[in-house]
Amino acid sequence: MKKPLVSFLVGLVFGLGLILSGMSHPDKVLGFLDIAGLWDPSLALVMAGAVGVGLVTTPWLVRRQKTLLGEAIQLPSNQHISGRLLVGSLMFGAGWGVAGFCPGPALVGLASGMQSALIFVGAMFAGFAIFRWLDNRLYQVPQ
Amino acid sequence: MDREPELDIHAHPPIDQSPSPMNIDYASFSPATAALGGLLIGLAAAALLATLGRIAGISGILFGMVWGASSDRIWRMAFILGLLAAPGAWTLFGGIAPASESPAELPALIIAGLLVGIGTQLGSGCTSGHGVCGLARRSLRSLAATLSFMTSGFLMVGIIQQSPSLATFISFVSSKF
Repeated sequence: MKKPLVSFLVGLVFGLGLILSGMSHPDKVLGFLDIAGLWDPSLALVMAGAVGVGLVTTPWLVRRQKTLLGEAIQLPSNQHISGRLLVGSLMFGAGWGVAGFCPGPALVGLASGMQSALIFVGAMFAGFAIFRWLDNRLYQVPQ
Repeated sequence: MDREPELDIHAHPPIDQSPSPMNIDYASFSPATAALGGLLIGLAAAALLATLGRIAGISGILFGMVWGASSDRIWRMAFILGLLAAPGAWTLFGGIAPASESPAELPALIIAGLLVGIGTQLGSGCTSGHGVCGLARRSLRSLAATLSFMTSGFLMVGIIQQSPSLATFISFVSSKF
């Protein structure tokens, strides 16, 4: 019962961080992405703060074999910079630039009652389903 | 926190407004809350790694909650519930829940959602998984992903903001829906 509770609290703190930082405001995000126009650099500081904490804590946490709850640490092992990675990331960034939402802030926006977040999250899940369908047909070799 | 003026996606900026290559929006710039919020996000990501041993990548958690291993479904659902509870908790502590809607019109919102849904899965991560956790692990793969989505994000906003003809076209198409 500990795992779900801890996970809930971590999700809550993550969401509070998104709200405090301004990431949950699509216009703030678009103001950051508008480097050629009137540029709001705030989000660079959000990234710096979050990555800064991670740079200090991650090496220390990863060195331990087990977590505080006795779980194994599971890190992505894939190191390959593939076409799939780059094309997918370019697609993601384009969508981010159109709406001003990425997945976390979109969920926070949804819970705040934003209608645009509801539409966006619905379409994002449709995107997940399309990906899964394509992935099963185009990439997975049948066993 | 003061609300910033609404960003109008259809506004046409005056051409040749300034010889300087970069105009900083000082009225909207919020360095303190941005950095503090970033610290909270970083602490949450570190806490997930320290307890469950998992990467706090929202797109992966969200996808895995529905289509992933059943043994991981509960913690993923709990994490997403926590995220969804954040605006309520924020208002409990006297904050104002984010309410500014995306400036994108309905068809653009749907296209954006589809791009983010397919793109994050094809690229194995989003701003949190690659941009925060991946960079913190010094992963070159995540650096490549982050540079890619930042570049296309800058380009997309640049195209929409700087191109009056495209903006007119989008609002024309949008008005048909």
